[in-house]
Amino acid sequence: MAANPMYQFNVYRIGPEIKIGEIDLSFTNASLFMVISSLAILIIFNLGAQKKNIIPDKIQLLSELSYTFVSKMISDTAGSKAKPYFSFIFSLFMFVLFCNMFGMIPYSFTVTSHIIVTFVLAAFIFIGVTIIGFIKHGFGYLKLFVPSGVPAVLLPLIVVIEIISYLSRPISLSVRLFANMMAGHTMMKVFGGFVVSLGIVGGWLPLSFSVALTGLEILVAFLQAYVFAILTCIYLNDALNLHH
Amino acid sequence: MKKIILLNIFYFSFCTVAVKSAEKGGMPQLDPEFWVSQIFWLTITFGTLFLVLSKFILPRISKNLEQRRLQILENIETAEKQREQSEKNLKEFDEIILKSKNKAKEVMLAAREKVDSEITKKKMKLDEDLNSEIQNVEKEIIELKLSSPKKINSIASNITNEVIKRLIGTDVNESSVSALVEEELKKLSRSTNGI
Repeated sequence: MAANPMYQFNVYRIGPEIKIGEIDLSFTNASLFMVISSLAILIIFNLGAQKKNIIPDKIQLLSELSYTFVSKMISDTAGSKAKPYFSFIFSLFMFVLFCNMFGMIPYSFTVTSHIIVTFVLAAFIFIGVTIIGFIKHGFGYLKLFVPSGVPAVLLPLIVVIEIISYLSRPISLSVRLFANMMAGHTMMKVFGGFVVSLGIVGGWLPLSFSVALTGLEILVAFLQAYVFAILTCIYLNDALNLHH
Repeated sequence: MKKIILLNIFYFSFCTVAVKSAEKGGMPQLDPEFWVSQIFWLTITFGTLFLVLSKFILPRISKNLEQRRLQILENIETAEKQREQSEKNLKEFDEIILKSKNKAKEVMLAAREKVDSEITKKKMKLDEDLNSEIQNVEKEIIELKLSSPKKINSIASNITNEVIKRLIGTDVNESSVSALVEEELKKLSRSTNGI
């Protein structure tokens, strides 16, 4: 066991090296956990979708409650116009949630603790939302940067701030998830290290702290997935219902 | 003593490993070696997940939910209908009961009247019969009463005649005997009347 708290984030190759030209597309432990998370989601929701009881059993209830939970979240934040994007936001929420949760298993790998993964997701959302905004409103979408009811003197400043905040959306979205995941796991590792180094005499304190942290991290894992999804909904709302 | 040595060893090893790995460089996240691979596999896994969920699984779940909603609505509707029907039935039932009660009352009244009238009729007939019987009997009694003194007279005079004949051995004038008897009877009746 490596005592370095950052060691858990190492990516390493599993199986043969796959290279297309100069690009390395090898299957890694990160890829493995992406596949595991996706498969788990598909299996659970497939089981839940296959049953058609009027009174649902546990697995059916799980999938149906998740469905209504996400659908309510979307309709609350982005309105009824966001219905076509339901499957994307549902997949996004479930993917992030399951990746976070699988990361909570000891010796596993947390996919979302890597900035590149969260940044690709966030960038995809950012570009998608921008494209949707321009398709729906044309150049009128640029009115997003000009809030109404602002004095003309302040307008240039406000517009600059708005543009910066809009452009920093993918960064804030991705860094929020990545930093939360990384910090939590690092902290748990550090406390785990304390347990080992303090041994049987003084190790109980960091151990109990570690147990409490595990509970907190599970909460954070859910919360960050929720925040990720709900921010996507809010960005989508900006693009669909242009008002400021 | 042993514990402290063990602890020291642990601590030492921890420190050396930490220092070694720190030399290797901070965050593995910022090492671009596997970035492309991660992006590639993310696209594949997330893309597959999205496609399968949106094409196959989510429509089924939404269909299930919709079906349940419809079923529940339908059930509520039928329940409402059945409630109305049962209310109607209850009303009808009440009406029928009321009607039959009234009818039963009527029938009872009619029967009672009939029975009453029959009873009175029969009573009257009986009374008439009794009256006529009584009258007949009374008549007979009166007749008997009226005819009895004469008969008694004749019987008495006959008996007296016979008695005298036996005693004396000769016939006595019948008219004188009967006169005597009559006189005696009159005395008797007067004395009985006087009481």
